[in-house]
Amino acid sequence: MSTATAPPKKTNRVGLEIASYKGGKTTLCAGCGHNAISERLIECFFEMGIYPWRVAKFSGIGCSSKSPAYFLSLAHGFNAVHGRAPAVGTGALLANRQLIGVTVSGDGDTASIGLGQFCHMLRRNVPMIYIIEDNGVYGLTKGQFSATADVGSRLKTGVVNDLPPIDTCLLGIELGATFVARSFSGDKKQLQAILKAAIAHRGLSVIDVISPCVTFNDHEGSTKSYSYMKEHDLPLHELGFVPAFEDISVEMAEGEVREVTLHDGSRIVLRKLGRDYDPTDKLNAIRTLHEAHDNGQVVTGILYVKPEAKNFIELLNLVDEPLATLPESKVRPPKEALDEIMEELR
Amino acid sequence: MSTIQVKPETSSPRELERRVVNDFSIQVATVNGSGSQTANTVLMRAIFQMGVPVSGKNLFPSNIAGLPTWFTIRASKHGWIGRKKEIDFLVAMNPETAREDVESLEAGAAVVYDEPLKLDSVRNDLHFYPVPFDKLVAPVCPEARLRKLVRNMIYDGVLARLLGIELEEIHKALYKQFGPRKAKAADLNWGAVQAGFDYADKNFTKTDPYYIERMDATRGKIIIDGNAAAALGCIFAGVTVVTWYPITPSTSMIESMMGYLKRLRIDKQTGKATFAVVQAEDELAAIGMVIGAGWAGARAMTATSGPGISLMAEFTGLGYYAEVPAVIFDVQRVGPSTGLPTRTQQGDILFVATLSHGDTRHPMLFPSSPEECFTMAQDAFDLAEEFQTPVFVMMDLDLGMNNWMADPFPYPDRPLRRGKVLRKEDLERLGSFARYADVDGDGVSYRTLPGTDHPAAAYFTRGSGHNEKAQYSERPDDYIRNMDRLARKFETIRKHVPPPELVLNDRASIGLICYGTSRYAVEESREQLLREYGLETGYLRLKAFPFTPEVADFVDRHARVYVVEQNRDAQMVSLLRMELEPEQIAKLRSVRYYGGLPIDARTVTDEIVAREGL
Repeated sequence: MSTATAPPKKTNRVGLEIASYKGGKTTLCAGCGHNAISERLIECFFEMGIYPWRVAKFSGIGCSSKSPAYFLSLAHGFNAVHGRAPAVGTGALLANRQLIGVTVSGDGDTASIGLGQFCHMLRRNVPMIYIIEDNGVYGLTKGQFSATADVGSRLKTGVVNDLPPIDTCLLGIELGATFVARSFSGDKKQLQAILKAAIAHRGLSVIDVISPCVTFNDHEGSTKSYSYMKEHDLPLHELGFVPAFEDISVEMAEGEVREVTLHDGSRIVLRKLGRDYDPTDKLNAIRTLHEAHDNGQVVTGILYVKPEAKNFIELLNLVDEPLATLPESKVRPPKEALDEIMEELR
Repeated sequence: MSTIQVKPETSSPRELERRVVNDFSIQVATVNGSGSQTANTVLMRAIFQMGVPVSGKNLFPSNIAGLPTWFTIRASKHGWIGRKKEIDFLVAMNPETAREDVESLEAGAAVVYDEPLKLDSVRNDLHFYPVPFDKLVAPVCPEARLRKLVRNMIYDGVLARLLGIELEEIHKALYKQFGPRKAKAADLNWGAVQAGFDYADKNFTKTDPYYIERMDATRGKIIIDGNAAAALGCIFAGVTVVTWYPITPSTSMIESMMGYLKRLRIDKQTGKATFAVVQAEDELAAIGMVIGAGWAGARAMTATSGPGISLMAEFTGLGYYAEVPAVIFDVQRVGPSTGLPTRTQQGDILFVATLSHGDTRHPMLFPSSPEECFTMAQDAFDLAEEFQTPVFVMMDLDLGMNNWMADPFPYPDRPLRRGKVLRKEDLERLGSFARYADVDGDGVSYRTLPGTDHPAAAYFTRGSGHNEKAQYSERPDDYIRNMDRLARKFETIRKHVPPPELVLNDRASIGLICYGTSRYAVEESREQLLREYGLETGYLRLKAFPFTPEVADFVDRHARVYVVEQNRDAQMVSLLRMELEPEQIAKLRSVRYYGGLPIDARTVTDEIVAREGL
């Protein structure tokens, strides 16, 4: 496939060049998977033609959480405290529902210190993109296991992990995320299609991206290394994404293609590989993840999607305009209202 | 109001010598979960409606049902609404505590009690009125399962008869309490009131000296608890994002707010909410959402108590350093740890002042009344947004959860102060901005809100070291410049917090400093010191931290200054020591009460008298 990703033009549909989507110079290690993810985000927002200043970036603490400084400098960013980006992002989106929220977290940030906030963000279906840059290791503190490290994986120092991993995608599906995907930072095409679909989705998108740590976790014995991923990555489908503003027909053989239409009219196009995977089937998604895990494989692709679910902002029945900038006349009731209450309390 | 006014038909010659009118306290001892709250509220309200200044203190356990609870009502013709140490009139309904309750009374007190408890055998220096509650409740409440709840209303009738509380006022208070939708329940309870009144009328000869008589000292006043007052304050201050985690004693602030928000803040045209209320998974998330919302420009708040404050330390430091507005109501309870969850204290003052690791200072406001809970809510939001920092409103359980007689709240007299926010038009004019530059020399920088439709609007907020342009920096000079500016900002805040309430007296060499609910004991104690010991005192009630210059001036004017507060470690004295000169510090003395009950005047008076050698 596919005609879905047009080659980058000089300017996008809102007249901006790709330079408007770049970030500061990365301070992460050369070859770090996280940098590739930042690159994909830059491309996707550029190609989708979204004004960068409509985006708000959030992160916690760790290598991953530094990365919002390395894409979309023209978007506000908030590097919060460890494991607590979900709360900050939720608050900001409550204040301004028109923002496009992008959170970048890591496996330590999400699956250990921030597991509680992660779970409750899932339950709320907060409309934002939540990327886990997953390398199974604490980089900034120089190489300790995180809670996503697989049993039997080995640190450079020889220490072997003997605790079972937390699968953030399984949690996501179980607890209410309405878009759950797994990808590999080295798979440019798949990650791009997933990110674009997530940008178009109106609920919470959880994307676990295996992103090898070249310094502390890219050796023999690591299950989050480039070489392991290349051998064990099992793509569920070939992925294409057609944004709402593009009217392109996808030419694929009948019976091989499955389409999912997102809330804004965009379409995810899935071409089957090994079997006919239905990403709207929750139980099948859970089974697929468990089976892959038992077989030592990492399934990638869009695992689960439920485009019609109401998101948190919709559930709260908020006014259409941002709460943050409502005029005083809308947020301070009149004097008569106070007088009436005082009268009742006499 | 005369205290020797006589009603011949109820007064014996002995009473004539010592009629106590509108100046005593009633304590009702019941079991938690027995529906006594309604009976007590109605009693308090009826006295209030008779124009008599009144206060009510609910001393309740951390329990749903079964443990003992006490409700104290104080009527004071002088208007003293602090706790009174001595109980004059006891209603003993709880077999578990009845004997102890009776033993702790002073001679001459009166006791209404459940007849089977046979309390008259305990002492012979009290006025006893046994009431067969079970016998009385059966005929007025045919449904046996409701009797437990209706039974307590009988003592309202008994007290009405014994104390002279007008039945019409009980009736009015009762039906107000239940509201039109629960008229049936009100009817049932009214039957119980009448049964109690009739029983007392037929069976008792009044021997105690206590009377409620109509006055005109509550006209125009309202009855409300501090939590509801703060909730209303937030709504009229334009709050838009409310996040919280349930914790006694702050829960009722948010619950009350949710009720008022639904009534006042649904957009009439669209039916949609101009507010978001989120029950978070814990206090970490609650304050995190406030920080996120405040960063994005909303007026955001949370309410909590000590254990929640401990959890919020991390985000508070971020709010201080990254300069994000936030309003946190701390309805203080007794710590440390879980402490006494349903008892009152001013125990978080020192912790909150510098909450978080590193060098931090946070503004605090100290409301002392429902009216101040209301007005200081706007002060807090204005300060938070003007100075881009977390602001704490330090209430306590006594203020938050008890009903208070209060002045009606004034409608806000100033527009919302949203602080230094650059809009799209400003950016077009300026071309660029540096988030943490001190453009105006007051330490307060300009910010932009995410979503501002301009390429120059964005900046990167972080809790790590940053320079004026909000770029990551570990340079010593960047760090020092930023921290010094934050200190300068705190000095600017000092000029904008509410100044203390002051009563200066040229004849006084002794000064009293207090804050929050300690004021009621101190105000009454000043009168006791003057009347009983001829001691004149100056008075200063703190309304905010950082302290304004009036505080140092006050200390200078007096030879000795007693700081009265409700914690063990003299926490406010510690804060004063941080800001005063050594010769001023040498004048400070501390008066503390920290048993979990609201501080009373006699405790303050006795301590000062002892220390002054009077």
